Amino acid sequence: MWGILRQRAVVDGGLSLRRTRSALVSARSYAAGSKEMTVRDALNSAIDEEMSADPKVFVMGEEVGQYQGAYKITKGLLEKYGPERVYDTPITEAGFTGIGVGAAYAGLKPVVEFMTFNFSMQAIDHIINSAAKSNYMSAGQINVPIVFRGPNGAAAGVGAQHSQCYAAWYASVPGLKVLAPYSAEDARGLLKAAIRDPDPVVFLENELLYGESFPISEEALDSSFCLPIGKAKIEREGKDVTIVTFSKMVGFALKAAEKLAEEGISAEVINLRSIRPLDRATINASVRKTSRLVTVEEGFPQHGVCAEICASVVEESFSYLDAPVERIAGADVPMPYAANLERLALPQVEDIVRAAKRACYRSK
Amino acid sequence: MATAFSATLPLHGSQENRLLLPPTRLAPPPPSSSFLGSTRSLPIRSLNHAHASRRSPVFAVQEVVKDKKKPTNSLLITKEEGLVLYEDMILGRSFEDMCAQMYYRGKMFGFVHLYNGQEAVSTGFIKLLTQSDSVVSTYRDHVHALSKGVSARAVMSELFGKVTGCCRGQGGSMHMFSKEHNVLGGFAFIGEGIPVATGAAFTSKYKREVLKQDCEDVTVAFFGDGTCNNGQFYECLNMAALYKLPIIFVVENNLWAIGMSHLRSTSDPEIWKKGPAFGMPGVHVDGMDVLKVREVAKEAVGRARRGEGPTLVECETYRFRGHSLADPDELRDAAEKAKYAARDPITALKKYLVENKLANEGELKSIEKKIDELVEEAVEFADASPQPGRSQLLENVFADPKGFGIGPDGRYRCEDPKFTEGTAQV
Repeated sequence: MWGILRQRAVVDGGLSLRRTRSALVSARSYAAGSKEMTVRDALNSAIDEEMSADPKVFVMGEEVGQYQGAYKITKGLLEKYGPERVYDTPITEAGFTGIGVGAAYAGLKPVVEFMTFNFSMQAIDHIINSAAKSNYMSAGQINVPIVFRGPNGAAAGVGAQHSQCYAAWYASVPGLKVLAPYSAEDARGLLKAAIRDPDPVVFLENELLYGESFPISEEALDSSFCLPIGKAKIEREGKDVTIVTFSKMVGFALKAAEKLAEEGISAEVINLRSIRPLDRATINASVRKTSRLVTVEEGFPQHGVCAEICASVVEESFSYLDAPVERIAGADVPMPYAANLERLALPQVEDIVRAAKRACYRSK
Repeated sequence: MATAFSATLPLHGSQENRLLLPPTRLAPPPPSSSFLGSTRSLPIRSLNHAHASRRSPVFAVQEVVKDKKKPTNSLLITKEEGLVLYEDMILGRSFEDMCAQMYYRGKMFGFVHLYNGQEAVSTGFIKLLTQSDSVVSTYRDHVHALSKGVSARAVMSELFGKVTGCCRGQGGSMHMFSKEHNVLGGFAFIGEGIPVATGAAFTSKYKREVLKQDCEDVTVAFFGDGTCNNGQFYECLNMAALYKLPIIFVVENNLWAIGMSHLRSTSDPEIWKKGPAFGMPGVHVDGMDVLKVREVAKEAVGRARRGEGPTLVECETYRFRGHSLADPDELRDAAEKAKYAARDPITALKKYLVENKLANEGELKSIEKKIDELVEEAVEFADASPQPGRSQLLENVFADPKGFGIGPDGRYRCEDPKFTEGTAQV
C-alpha cells in the first residue's frame, strides 16, 4: 500500500546485492494527501522488514506467535517466518530473556518482547548484568546485539503493578541504550536502528499510542529507513519556553503548546526519542535560546528522567536560565485504579500549561 | 566408588544435618549402568528424528578408539588421553594454589573462588569439547577457562587486574570471558549463566535449522547445588527440553553453598531427579573420579550433538577450600573434609595410570614440574604486565564506539549504506 524500494540480495553468507529499484505505486493516489500509519503498524512493519533482511533476527516473547502478539505488534510474523523465528515462550521472563542474551552472545539478533515492562523486572538481572555489562566486562570481546521491547508506563486503569515507567531505571545503566518513540515515524526508524545496533537496546513503547495514527513520509516507509540513536527531535519550534519530554507526553506537550500559543507564549517542544544516550546538546541549545525549561515525564518524580535533564541544564546552561527549571512527573504514589485518581496521578495538558506559564512568570 | 546418596555412606557431614533430614529420605543405590538415576521411562513425545541420523565426526574418532581398545583391554582411556587429563587437572590445582598464595600477598583482590577438589568435573567434561563448543560457568570459573584453552598467563593477568588479562583487567576473577575459546562467562549471580548457556545452545540449533549452517556445537553449563533451588534453573530445564537444545547442565554438587548445606536448603536433595521431571535424562556421577565423569560426559555430549536434547548431570564433588578466600570455612566438619580429601581426583587418576601401566611416576612427575614452571611463569608475566591505561576506563561500554549509533568511521550508522544492506521484501 505504499511505495517501497525493492532490493534483491543473496542471503546466506554471500552478500551480492543487486538493487532493482521499482517503486510500487499504491492504490491510493498521491493527491489524496500524506499517508498515515498507526504506531502498531509502524512497529510491525519495522520488525517484518528487519527479519526479512537479516535471517539472524528472531522474535521471542509471550503470545508473539499464535496469538499474533498481546498488543498485535507481531501480527502476521508467525505465518510469514515460521515457528523457528517467532517463538512463543512459556511464562518465564528470567529464562527467556537469559536465553535471548545467550543467543546474542553467540551471534544472533534477538528481539525480546515483554508483555509490559513491568514484567521485565523478573528479568532485569539479565538485562543489566548479562546484557548491559558484558561488552565492558569482556573488554569488547562479546557484544550483545539484542533488543528488549514492549509497552512501558501507564495504560488505562490497569492498576499499580502494570503502570510503572521504567525509563529512569534503565537509562541509569551504562551499557544500555534506551529509546522511547512517540510517532509512527519514530517507532519505525528507532526500532530498525535498534535491531541493527550491535548493543543492547531497551525500547520503551506506549500502549496508548499503539492505536494512534500519525502522518508518515515516503522516506520513512523505505525499508532502509533508520533514525540516529541519541538525537532528539524538535517537534515544534518556539522561542519562549522549552518543553522537553518523551513518549506519550510529547502529544500532551504539543497540545499544551497549542494552548500556550493562544495566550501568546511560544513553546518549543523537544521529543527526546533517546533517553540514553541523552541528547544534551539539543536540550541545552534550545534552553539557551528560550531561557526557560519545563520537563515532563509520566514516571515517578524522584530520581527520574526529568531530574537528569534539569541537572544537565543547570550544570551547562545556568547563566542562560531566566527562571527555575520546572519538572512535571507522575504522582509519587503507586498508580491508583479509580479513573479520577489515575487522572490525577498522571501529568495532564493543564499541568504542562501551568508549569510553562510559571516559567514565564505569568500567573494565570 | 560409593556415592553420596547410597546407604553405605553417611549422608550428612554433621550431627546437626542428620536431625533435619526426615528418616524416609534414604534413596536406593543407583543402578550401575552408565546412565544412572533415571529409573522410569521418560515421557518423550514422538520426536522429529531428522537429526538422529546425523553422526558427528568427533564421535567417529572416539568410537574407533573404543573399539580398537576393546579386544585388547578394557581400559577407559589411552595413554595420551590419560596424560592430557592428568596435565589438565594438575594445571587446575597448581593454578588455584598459586592464586591463594598471590591473594594473601595482596597481588589479587576482591572475591576469589577456588576450585580445588573439583578438577575432575571440569577436566572430565571440557576435554571432550571442541574449540567452537561453548562453556558457561559461575564465579568459580578459573579452571573452566583453563580447561577450555585460555592460557594460564591470560587468566593470571586478569586476576592481577593487568591489561594483558583475558578481559584486559576489566572482568576479574568472576567474569572470565574468551570469545576465541568460547568461554561465555563467568557470572557472579548464581543461576545467571544457565539461561545464557541455554541461549548459546539455542543459537546452535538456530544456525542448523534456520541459517542452514553446519553446526554441531554444544554448550556445557556449570553451576552448583545452591543454584538448583533457583527459579531460572527450572525455567531453563523446561525450555531446553521443550526446544531440544544441545546443552548439558552440569551440577557441581559440592554439598555447600557458602555456609548453607545442600541438605538444609533443599526439599529433595537428589538433583538428578529433577531432569526426568522436565523430560530429560538425569544422571548422577561420582565427581571425584575423572574417568567416570568422562564416560557420562561422552554420553551426554553425544546426545546433544545428535540432536537428542539436553541432559542433567549431577556430579558429586567437594571443594577442599572455603567458598572463597575470604571464607573462614568454619561450618564444615573436619571429618567430612578428610573423607573427601582421601578421594582426591588427582591422586585417584595417578593411581589408575600407574597401576594400569599407562604412565610411570617419572612421566607424571615431569608433567607436574612442567606445570609448576608454567604457573610460575604466568605469575612473573602477570607481575611484569602493566595496569590498564586511564583511557581504558571509558572504553568498551558499547560495541559501537560512541554509543550514539555511530560507527567506527564517525558517521551515524543509520546513514551508512552498508548498515542497511540486505533484502526486505514486504
